[in-house]
Amino acid sequence: MLRYLIPLGIFIILVVFLAIGLQNDPRYVPSPLIDKPAPDFSLPRLYAPTVSFGPKLLKGKVWILNTWTSDCVGCRKEHPYLLNLAKDEQINLIGLNYRDDDRLAKALLKKHGNPYRVVVTDNDGSVGIDYGVYAVPETFIIDKKGIIRFKYIGPLFPDEINNTVLPLIKKLNAETS
Amino acid sequence: MNLKTHNFCRTGLFIITGLLLTSLISVTQAGVEVRNFDNPKQERRYHQLVDELRCLVCQNQNLADSNSQLALDLRDKIYEMVKTNQTDQQVIDYMVNRYGEFVLYNPPLDPVTASLWLGPIILLIAGIIMLLFNIKNREKSKPVELSDADHERSKKLLNDEDEKE
Repeated sequence: MLRYLIPLGIFIILVVFLAIGLQNDPRYVPSPLIDKPAPDFSLPRLYAPTVSFGPKLLKGKVWILNTWTSDCVGCRKEHPYLLNLAKDEQINLIGLNYRDDDRLAKALLKKHGNPYRVVVTDNDGSVGIDYGVYAVPETFIIDKKGIIRFKYIGPLFPDEINNTVLPLIKKLNAETS
Repeated sequence: MNLKTHNFCRTGLFIITGLLLTSLISVTQAGVEVRNFDNPKQERRYHQLVDELRCLVCQNQNLADSNSQLALDLRDKIYEMVKTNQTDQQVIDYMVNRYGEFVLYNPPLDPVTASLWLGPIILLIAGIIMLLFNIKNREKSKPVELSDADHERSKKLLNDEDEKE
């Protein structure tokens, strides 16, 4: 009897492992940046290229960093939800225009609306690398102390915004800086 | 082998050769990038690093093979770091701090990867133990003793076979 039970047992264990493996999203790579200070940068603003902007100016505030490009399909998908999210005065949504053409970026925001408080341009992608960006859109939530508390890869849909983003921002706003 | 099968084999060989050649192309393509190094050792280190670091955009390629923009940027960065004589560990730390251990094709041994590293060894040991166990069991079991009646019967059966022929 044991002679048949052992291979069956091994087979069942294998099936369980494979089933778990199939549920995993291979695109999801846990970011090592969670609970680490947001990398500093100083980048030109899209609408005022001579003025630079960086995380230091946001110390003491909870903010969202959203990476996007004008030619990214996922960014276009989340765009209306970001516009909706930005209606809330409490939300400091900063756009990082990653490796894009300023003209195209401006054209897109003109056509579809601008959800961002500030847009900075990362033309050579170096800040993107510091933030470990590999698949725009990616969204980071940074707390009052400048620590990255959350990262989301892919378009932000209402489910994620309502169930994760908004509760987290509420929680972080309640923390002392 | 007749002519037809011979031709068939030749076509097969051609296809295989063609496939092998295309696999070479991707390697040489990545090598087209012209980079100047101060010494051969730097160059060797650079190639070794881009070979063993994974590209996150196209996850089953290393940085050397990938043509994605991010891979290009990261190759530039690694080139710059190698040129300024930063150690391999500094380059690897730079990558892991941003993208996590996932970028390492050669992951370190830690609690998360322990089963990955030790699994094959454990399976091998288990296999050997099971094999030894089986061999020992086989030694223990003695050959079946046949009684006189059994001998008679087998003889009769064998004779029957002879008669049929």
